[in-house]
Amino acid sequence: MPTIAEKIFAAHTDEQKVEAGQIVNADVDIIMMHEMLGMRVADTYKELNLEKVMYPDRVVVLLDHWTPANSIDVAIVHRTTREFVKKYGIKNWLGMTEGICHQVIPEKGFVWPGALIVGTDSHTCTYGAFGAFSTGIGSTDAALLLAEGKLWFKVPDSYKIELQGPVPPYITGKDIILKLITEIGLDGANYQSVEFHGDAIKELSVDSRMTICNMAIEMGGKAGIIEPDEITLQWLQNRVKHDFNVITADPDANYSSELKLNINALEPQVAKPHSPGNAVPVGDIQGTKIDQAFIGSCTNGRLEDLRIAAKILKNNKVHKDIRLIITPASREIYLQAMKEGLINIFIDSGALVTHPTCGVCLGIFGALAPGEVSLSASNRNFIGRQGSRDAQIYLAAPATVAASALKGQITDPREFF
Amino acid sequence: MATIKGKIWKFGDNIDTDVIIPGRYLTIRDPIQMASHTFEPIRPEFVKKVVKGDIIVGGANFGSGSSREEAPFVLKTVGIAAIVAESFARIFYRNAINLGIPLLELKNASHLFSEGDTVEINFEEGIIKNLNQNTSYQGTKLPKFLMELIDAGGAILAVKQRIKQKKSS
Repeated sequence: MPTIAEKIFAAHTDEQKVEAGQIVNADVDIIMMHEMLGMRVADTYKELNLEKVMYPDRVVVLLDHWTPANSIDVAIVHRTTREFVKKYGIKNWLGMTEGICHQVIPEKGFVWPGALIVGTDSHTCTYGAFGAFSTGIGSTDAALLLAEGKLWFKVPDSYKIELQGPVPPYITGKDIILKLITEIGLDGANYQSVEFHGDAIKELSVDSRMTICNMAIEMGGKAGIIEPDEITLQWLQNRVKHDFNVITADPDANYSSELKLNINALEPQVAKPHSPGNAVPVGDIQGTKIDQAFIGSCTNGRLEDLRIAAKILKNNKVHKDIRLIITPASREIYLQAMKEGLINIFIDSGALVTHPTCGVCLGIFGALAPGEVSLSASNRNFIGRQGSRDAQIYLAAPATVAASALKGQITDPREFF
Repeated sequence: MATIKGKIWKFGDNIDTDVIIPGRYLTIRDPIQMASHTFEPIRPEFVKKVVKGDIIVGGANFGSGSSREEAPFVLKTVGIAAIVAESFARIFYRNAINLGIPLLELKNASHLFSEGDTVEINFEEGIIKNLNQNTSYQGTKLPKFLMELIDAGGAILAVKQRIKQKKSS
């Protein structure tokens, strides 16, 4: 019986039924592009003398990686992107003030259960938190999809992960996904659609679910998918205008792999350099000195993240040897955080609050000097990701990062709960 | 495609696209300049020594991480003729083929060769010969429709050919 991925692909081809392993030419509901449009996709269009975009209403474009432009080269990339949007009549241009794509695209209603979505970014798998099948593609695929309206896919096998709770109060999606990547391995789910099931998932907020699906790529996943429930539908209400049907897996669906994990005693996790699959309980490396702390990115710049950080930082001061950088993931989140007084708490504590952008996560700014240590609520701690190749990056949930920023060293956040 | 022959550069497991080309170099407009940072985080000497026609042999999950097509693009720009690995990360696999870089999946690949060995690869058959050690291994052949993209020199050139054929027919 079909998995969620098989059902979604069947609904986007002319076939009644498709099976894992089959190559299909599928209609795509939404294609998301950021600076990659101006960097490479536009060049491909020029090279091929392509005259039009097949479905301009299905294309969403924004700028988020290098915003505002920090060099002439970047300014040219941004200009090229804007020119392409105008020339080809792209319907959904969101500019550079809305924030990080993977937060903004769902906020603006471009993600719905059962949708097939691609984006020129590996973390496009985030939208599976809403029951969509979404995956990252490169720039040549993006250009050909724009021109032809369809893209080939190999229908993936599916990996079923069942999480049992109850979820401890200090645990958020980040702790769970770091633990899972470490259990499964960096390529343990390569080419596969990862379905997250179980009572623990139902307990989680949309924000935590997005964090989990966001990092499915770090275990090789082609997509990460969570079946929508009341919590999902409530979040989507007043955002999505497109019709949709919630798609769920059949109880006897065929999975290529399965994993059950009880997380009722899960401790806060920290992934050591240089892999998100290097997670250990925070206690194992407590006391490791840090130079920089970061909360933000498409992984951890959401309201839940900011609220937890504010709870810990309130009436406290960031350690004098540490710089704490906080990046709300979107304009909407930034505004709400201001209304709730979170931004005041951050600034009072000595944190630096930036505009919504991908910047710090990939070392565009907030870069690390040789030998420096960063504790980062983001998704990747690869060598050189945030600056020097001789820097060390640890990954953790926002609670652990906030607690550690106060102490100047990796700290168990549970003492603040 | 014809058989290719080249010298090997060996890499381990989980070579991610950030170490192939760090994000901060992606906006460099000149391809040669961008490619001068290839493998900078883990093997800064690579770009100085790599020769056109060289072949990369990696372990599991080669090309993991970001979807940046610049990763296979810089490898192509510095002259890498093919990549052999135990497995490829999904997006990198598509991107490399779209750029016309032939790939071969080969079990245990990172343990079968020494750095600098000369190998000969027949992609039609999926066979790689180690000319230094006089050994031969069977890898996984690319599916036919992807081999056609490689033969055309990548997806862009394949589309160009298709457009040309349409116009002449």
